Amino acid sequence: MVQDKKIRVIVGKPGLDGHDRGAKVLARALRDAGMEVIYTGLHQTPAQIVETVIQEDPDVLCLSILSGAHNELFPRVMQIMKEKGINDVLVMAGGVIPDDDVPPLKAIGFEGFFGPGSKLQDIIDYIKTHLKR
Amino acid sequence: MEIDDLVTRMKQGDRRAVGRLISLAENDLAAARGISARIFKDTGKAYIVGVTGAPGAGKSSLVNQLIQLLVNKGARLGIVCVDPTSPFSGGALLGDRIRMKEDYPPGQVFIRSMASRGKLGGIARATKDTISILDAFGLDYIIVETVGVGQNEIDIYNTAYTTLVLLAPGMGDEVQTFKAGIMETSDIYVVNKMDHEGADRLVSEIESMLDLGENTQLTHDDNHVITAIKKSSVAGWRPSIKMTNSLTGEGVSDLWDEVLAHKAFLETSGMLRQRLEHRFKNEIVEILRATFTYHLDEALDPSKNAEVKSLLEAAISRSKSPYDISDSIGKFIIKKIRR
Repeated sequence: MVQDKKIRVIVGKPGLDGHDRGAKVLARALRDAGMEVIYTGLHQTPAQIVETVIQEDPDVLCLSILSGAHNELFPRVMQIMKEKGINDVLVMAGGVIPDDDVPPLKAIGFEGFFGPGSKLQDIIDYIKTHLKR
Repeated sequence: MEIDDLVTRMKQGDRRAVGRLISLAENDLAAARGISARIFKDTGKAYIVGVTGAPGAGKSSLVNQLIQLLVNKGARLGIVCVDPTSPFSGGALLGDRIRMKEDYPPGQVFIRSMASRGKLGGIARATKDTISILDAFGLDYIIVETVGVGQNEIDIYNTAYTTLVLLAPGMGDEVQTFKAGIMETSDIYVVNKMDHEGADRLVSEIESMLDLGENTQLTHDDNHVITAIKKSSVAGWRPSIKMTNSLTGEGVSDLWDEVLAHKAFLETSGMLRQRLEHRFKNEIVEILRATFTYHLDEALDPSKNAEVKSLLEAAISRSKSPYDISDSIGKFIIKKIRR
């Protein structure tokens, strides 16, 4: 019957990082690509972000950190997600993530890495081709 | 089946199942029907409060204050926040959560953002389904925040038991308060930003608007056509006016007491039953409209119905009028629905 499936995306800002220009630009671009984007706002704890994932049931979680705390906060988010049995959400990373830090994050389940200078269209294409459900 | 499993998990308190069920209801009318078949008898326990008003009036911030107040009272809450879908891209930016990012106890508050998906009445098609799911989940109160509205988005009035219309000073003169539409759908007017200049004047403008309407009340039918009826036929609740500051929380506790007073009024006066009748009638009409629209689109799709082309041909050759053709398509649809 009447079907109207939209790609739902959460754009999250974990930790004490006050820079969200990139997150907002991304949110706007994904909206213009026809997705439903939930922006969490700044200063979210990993537990709050996972709680938002539980309630909003997104297809994609985009996390952005520019403060350097990604090796602390990203694994924490992933750990809580696994504890809650959430394994069908595409989790992507943005912000300033040094190349050396990418492989260990990939190993725990982060999939798309888009730092400064990334083309918005590339992010949109990546989402559309890597959805897990 | 997926829905059965999710409903069972929801009844065991699994919040992820609640989130999934809402997505299913939102994406697929058939799923919404299947979910309703399994949970409808468990609904009707939660009290539904609507919050509506212009963009930037402070709806999300006020809801955030209400959450804090009610969480402290030990209540379990569901929040449904609707934001508009872009008519151009079909996408949406759902930003109400930004105002609601306190660290609420997860078991006590369930917040769901929702895009309007082309629906124009201020809430989405699936908002009522979402309310039912949250109700069946066992929450005490469900607060529905509409999209930022103009003057004519009044679906929330047919959905919530108590509707708060949020206004802020500085949005125009007293003629604005006389206008038809959302200004008539309020059970409680909330003058937010009470610390701003003009808040007192706005309160007195609403007061005088209500005074003028003492003898007649305006109402609207399913097509949003507005008519005046004698006030004596409406049980007497004069909408109250409360002032709040949704950033500091000033006035919010007083506002909630008024919501409870309105709830008590509806229950003791028998108006709640009347509202429920109105609400369900509305919901039934909406479901039928959606169902007919779906079958109509199918019937008129040449790839699914070979007859369409020949019918159009008949119109072009003037052998059948558009009225004749719509009759036969109408019969075709009714036959399909019966099946």
